[in-house]
Amino acid sequence: MPKVKVDGVEIEVPQGATVLQACELAGKEIPRFCYHERLSIAGNCRMCLVEVKPGPPKPQASCALPAAEGQEIRTDSEMVKKAREGVMEFLLINHPLDCPICDQGGECDLQDQSVAYGRGTSRYHEHKRAVTEKYMGPLIKTVMTRCIQCTRCVRFSEEIAGVDEIGALYRGENMQISTYLEKAATHELSANVIDLCPVGALTSRPYAFEARPWELKKTLSIDVSDAVGSNIRVDARGREVLRILPRINDDVNEEWLSDKGRYMVDGLAKRRLDRPFIRLDGKLKAVSWDEALAAVAKIAPGSSVAAVAGDLVDVETMFAAKQLLAGLGSSLLEGRQTGLAYTATNLAAVNFNSTFAGIESADAILIVGSHIRWEAAVLNARLRKAVKRGAKVFAIGPVWDATYPVEFLGEDAAVLNQLPAHVWSALQGATRPALILGGAALAKGALEAALGVSDQLGLVRTLEDGSGWNGFNVLHMAASRMGGLMLGYAQAGGIADLAAAKPKMLLSLGADEVDYTKFADSMIVYVGHHGDKGAHAADVILPASAFTEKAGIYVNTEGRVQFAEKAVFAPGDAREDWAILRALAEVLGVNVGFDSFDELRAALFAQVPAFAQEGLVDYGALPAGVTGSASGQITYPIKDFYLTNPIARSSDTLARCSAELLHGEKLAEAAE
Amino acid sequence: MADRHLYPDTPELRARWGAFAWTVENAEKAKVIVARYPEGRQRSAVMPLLDLAQRQVGAETQTQGWLPIPVMEYVAAYLDMPIIRVIEVATFYTMYNLVPVGKFHVQVCGTTPCMLRGSDDLIAACKKRKMPTGGVSEDGLWTFTEVECMGNCASAPMVQINDDNYEDLTAERLDAVLDALARGESPKTGTQEPGRHTVEPAGALSNLTAMVSENHDYRGEW
Repeated sequence: MPKVKVDGVEIEVPQGATVLQACELAGKEIPRFCYHERLSIAGNCRMCLVEVKPGPPKPQASCALPAAEGQEIRTDSEMVKKAREGVMEFLLINHPLDCPICDQGGECDLQDQSVAYGRGTSRYHEHKRAVTEKYMGPLIKTVMTRCIQCTRCVRFSEEIAGVDEIGALYRGENMQISTYLEKAATHELSANVIDLCPVGALTSRPYAFEARPWELKKTLSIDVSDAVGSNIRVDARGREVLRILPRINDDVNEEWLSDKGRYMVDGLAKRRLDRPFIRLDGKLKAVSWDEALAAVAKIAPGSSVAAVAGDLVDVETMFAAKQLLAGLGSSLLEGRQTGLAYTATNLAAVNFNSTFAGIESADAILIVGSHIRWEAAVLNARLRKAVKRGAKVFAIGPVWDATYPVEFLGEDAAVLNQLPAHVWSALQGATRPALILGGAALAKGALEAALGVSDQLGLVRTLEDGSGWNGFNVLHMAASRMGGLMLGYAQAGGIADLAAAKPKMLLSLGADEVDYTKFADSMIVYVGHHGDKGAHAADVILPASAFTEKAGIYVNTEGRVQFAEKAVFAPGDAREDWAILRALAEVLGVNVGFDSFDELRAALFAQVPAFAQEGLVDYGALPAGVTGSASGQITYPIKDFYLTNPIARSSDTLARCSAELLHGEKLAEAAE
Repeated sequence: MADRHLYPDTPELRARWGAFAWTVENAEKAKVIVARYPEGRQRSAVMPLLDLAQRQVGAETQTQGWLPIPVMEYVAAYLDMPIIRVIEVATFYTMYNLVPVGKFHVQVCGTTPCMLRGSDDLIAACKKRKMPTGGVSEDGLWTFTEVECMGNCASAPMVQINDDNYEDLTAERLDAVLDALARGESPKTGTQEPGRHTVEPAGALSNLTAMVSENHDYRGEW
């Protein structure tokens, strides 16, 4: 642990820290452009210059200099001030003065740092360099003249995303950042380069010229596009959500967000159900709330009622529906819309037990039936890190491009019953072996077989350092799944049990993936926010709120309870889900035990105390002695990464991504 | 250098170069080159392989050679590396030609020592012969590029034509070299100064005279 002096104050820094990190530990701000905590060190912007003794009598780039015993670092000397001013002046030589028309304005590192560390004036009178436009796809808008060549985007796509598609062409002043032949960036985390870009060279194309950052109301929320539960910030102006950005949470999404979570924003304003509808003579007719509720009352289902939860709903909505059904005398609850029927009595067996942060340290990973890049894009970046640290990865299922070496063992789930010898020995020889079970495998009855494998391999173990390791993981795809399972949204036979019960009324909570033809005899009451598949099948539509329009609790696939806040109000006559369910209870003459959102939460916490505490839920031990065998050709449930939920399906941006990036359509630049 | 750019990726280019593959000898050479690097570091061979590819293109087109996009893709596939990394290398180094060049790529050094010794005359001589910058002359023979220092300052001014240097030039001497090349001859490379062999002092020795006959120790005199 070297001791260094920063501006005269002696501090101890961790072994291997850089001078920049030492300065930060001492509370000194070091300006930087190219340095980023999660990327490799490039040292090419020179903004982080400090004075270091002993060493050459000139300023040194602190980001690339290891902190060593006895160093005297100065960040406040005249030399450092002059160095920063000089670097700033050079950087601004070729940077256009187009801040007033630049989308980065107000959240631009270059802008901020030139105010803080620049000279204030320019002595440059020559022509500025100009760079031709580079096309990077439907999500990333480029103005490459603004580029200061920090290469963060190049390093991100190579190191984190694992797709070498952005590069620095030519040299010196003529260096240009470009994708190969200006093809669109195609991986699922591509838009993160927009956040990484310290200037306005890479900005968000759909958000171009929409708003200034200071006009936006920022609300902390949780992404519902997959079961990762990425932490996000919802930026809204008035009643409109304009953009979604990732928040830093090292345990969940680090600071990345999948393109789907980021760009389904425009879907929030399209195809919305903003007033109640009832079906008359086969056609949906817009009605008032009173008429719609009266129509539900007329169904008078008694106890012949079932509820199915969609992928995007929060815990409170599911709880309110559960209370409503309990009041009516039914417990037919299900959330696995597509017919999965795995055993969900022990939630530890259907949880991502290693945690996302933990899976990085796994040294042998067996993926069974999961296209992780599409099912949890952020998790794939974690697996990539594990592979970089030397983990071996095997997979059962059709081949997909993982961005890291994966040995595919076959497409039939039965491979799990009799793993090849070398795979078995690799997992057995590993210190932290892990198994990841995807939805496609759960559909082939692989849960029991995997638990058997887990037992034999001892995936749950105590490591040499005394800490526990649980390598048994199930990766879900729906934001509502773990919360739903905790509330009992699981029948032994899955949704088939609901269909078999032939309920008089089916309460659909934004369930858009259900095969409603199985419920032809039921009156379908759809409580949801988008006019998608569920609404098409519905007999009564009660317009509800999307995830940005209500406060809610989400439990991600790790069993991590996270709270989201309400960013905007729902459009038109739409109401918050819990209030709709409370009103239904009223007209159906049932007592659900709450009259306000606070009372609902209190009742929820009383019933399942785990929801009250943010963070990982303890589901106890894995069931022991389970055996089973899996069989059947594995087919991944996600056919189109960009169009997996009703909000995404309503989004023009994601429709364009799907057409252009997945289906290879050449789209002409949209008339803007 | 500022006007360097990739040749457009057109269907015609794909049709012409899409089937590029090593010739038998070059396939052997490529194997030897790749074998120079340790296991797992084969990508390090990208620079010599790009050069080899450029020479093969040159042999096929009777020019110095250049790197069409399909050829770079072939090299990337050969080394199993992302194409963008290959393009980065090829666009960085000026020795890789990104657009077609003539049979003789005349690179005139215009840096200070050569300029002081008359490189402006050489450039004018080239212009007089209608050598286009960054293109090929009508007869397909010439491409002109002004380059930075080539490290022949002791025998400035100089030009590099394909793999050979011609030094101690004047406009007339350059004309003679170019004429000889155009006739298909191989003019003497290196210095064009009569009586000079390489880059030894052009006149009498002006310093280190005591070193001529014996190994003299100057240290005591400093």
